[in-house]
Amino acid sequence: MTVYVIRRFLNYAILSLIATCMAYILASTVLDPAARFYGMNPRPPQASIDASLDAMGVNPDVPVIVRMWHWLVNLFTQFSLGTTVGGAQVTDEIFSRSGASLRLLLIGSIIGAVLGVLLGVWGAVRQYRASDQIVTYASYVVFATPTFVIGVLLMIVATQFNTLMGTQVIQFTGEYTAGISGSWWDLAWDRGIHLLLPTLALVLMGAASYSRYQRSVMLDVLGADYIRTARAKGLPRTQALYRHGVRLALIPMSTFFAYSFGTLIAGSAMLEIVFSWRGMGQFQIEAILKNDINAVAGSTLFVALLYLISSTFSEVLYAALDPRVRT
Amino acid sequence: MSVMQEQALESPLEPENTVSGARRPLSRNALVWLRLKRMPRFWIGITVVVAIILWAFIGPLLYPYGITDRDALNMGMGPTTLHWFGTNSIGQDIYAQTLSGLQKSLVIGLVAGPAATIIAAIVGSTAGYVGGWVDRVIQWFILLLLVIPAFFLFILLSPLIKGLSWVVLMFYIALFSWMIMAQVVRSQTRSLRNRDFVRAARYMGMPTGKILRRHIVPNMASILIIDATLGVVSAIMSETALSYFGFGIQKPDVSLGTLLADGTAAAVTRPWLFVFPAFVLIALLFAISLVGDALRDAIDPTSGNNRD
Repeated sequence: MTVYVIRRFLNYAILSLIATCMAYILASTVLDPAARFYGMNPRPPQASIDASLDAMGVNPDVPVIVRMWHWLVNLFTQFSLGTTVGGAQVTDEIFSRSGASLRLLLIGSIIGAVLGVLLGVWGAVRQYRASDQIVTYASYVVFATPTFVIGVLLMIVATQFNTLMGTQVIQFTGEYTAGISGSWWDLAWDRGIHLLLPTLALVLMGAASYSRYQRSVMLDVLGADYIRTARAKGLPRTQALYRHGVRLALIPMSTFFAYSFGTLIAGSAMLEIVFSWRGMGQFQIEAILKNDINAVAGSTLFVALLYLISSTFSEVLYAALDPRVRT
Repeated sequence: MSVMQEQALESPLEPENTVSGARRPLSRNALVWLRLKRMPRFWIGITVVVAIILWAFIGPLLYPYGITDRDALNMGMGPTTLHWFGTNSIGQDIYAQTLSGLQKSLVIGLVAGPAATIIAAIVGSTAGYVGGWVDRVIQWFILLLLVIPAFFLFILLSPLIKGLSWVVLMFYIALFSWMIMAQVVRSQTRSLRNRDFVRAARYMGMPTGKILRRHIVPNMASILIIDATLGVVSAIMSETALSYFGFGIQKPDVSLGTLLADGTAAAVTRPWLFVFPAFVLIALLFAISLVGDALRDAIDPTSGNNRD
């Protein structure tokens, strides 16, 4: 089991590295780092443009493989991802921004997944009863609403609520109130209230989609022979389902968890932009708009590492649930 | 809400031996249709979808304003009898723009969604069934695409899409949204390939392609159908999100995403700019999801009333 997990981990590690390299090459091909200088007035002399590009290691005259090699060498020897177009270290930027993203992503995805699985199982067991119908229709409405629309609609509701209360109860712009000071508790409360709406959006999204898949897989399991066997042995239906059904229904789900993690990362990136958070999603999009190759490659590496962790976790879950895969 | 109704309508035409296939009185399609037409969800969904399609393509013909027409006398107006969904700050008609965006969403979704599922079914079942190095190569390729979320791949490629038509965007969406489903198909295939009926077919010398078509893929029909339907939803959503953030459809073309992006800033003060396109989008996606869910229940032989 340990060997199996380590092997999978190494597999994902190499994969993340290759994906990052491919992102580097793709970014170098698609983005034009010199465009920024050509737009300047007066336009700087070619020699100084080349010097700046060389300093960042993004001069398009140098073959992309050579640039990528330097980038990788710097990454492994100095733990440096190069500088952004603004001159800051990419690693510093990532460290200062990732906290906000990870907080949102972790809380949102865990609550969303747990809620989704519970609702899915509950819905499947009570198929076609009123509660199942309500959960089904509600999850479809959420599922049918794009992330940013959920975000904006939540903002509209929060504004109405604030007007009703006569004071700014729910804060939703930025990660915390600018220039806030106070006790530890005040700061935590401030961050919490800012976290409320984007997390709620992420939880709603996650719960809606996980519950649909869980219900669907669970229904497939319900008709299986071993459920019938368990019932023939005298186990009541509900117990047979919860004891034997859920475990099997979670097997395809564990694959789904890991791979839908990407959707969650993208979803939380969109929410960061909608709610004006200085997070990784916003960083990545800004990097592309600014033709910043180092920042694009660095943030891709960050996402790939998140992926590495979540995929390994899902492999562990998969192996724990289904012994047949440990081969 | 439909529980009583459905049980009351449970017809004797559906005997227990339909699944075994020994002497079935109805073809599989007829049976699916029989179940489907008893589901209120299906009728609600399909009615709304058809109505929206007709509305999107006939509506503009019955309306005086086009997407780029500007009414200088009525700028930033709320909904009136003149401008049904109001106008934006430069006097463009929101109703006309919404319908035009809706047309694009419909075409993109109906092409890209099922296309992605077909790719997923072919790639996933081949990888899972054939195994060995074929599986490993496909796995690596899929994982490579998955490590970078599709949304970022899209925006990274957006400098290439810009200036090209939205039809190109549609194919991009199909090409980058099959991976998760392919993984699910692959792992389902791996558990199916050791089942007795597949093993029997293999020992009888049935070629791989035929086993995949006859035994593997049909056994995943329910999950594939629901994925194709939800794929329509997610393709429409991808386009909307990309355009919302400025990476998809470019001006002067409008899509629901660009409309919503324009409307966001004024969502609280002039809600019609945001709420109407948002509501139309949600209604469309909701209706398609209902049809998908009804199909799932109708196709799966072990679902619904066929169970104890």
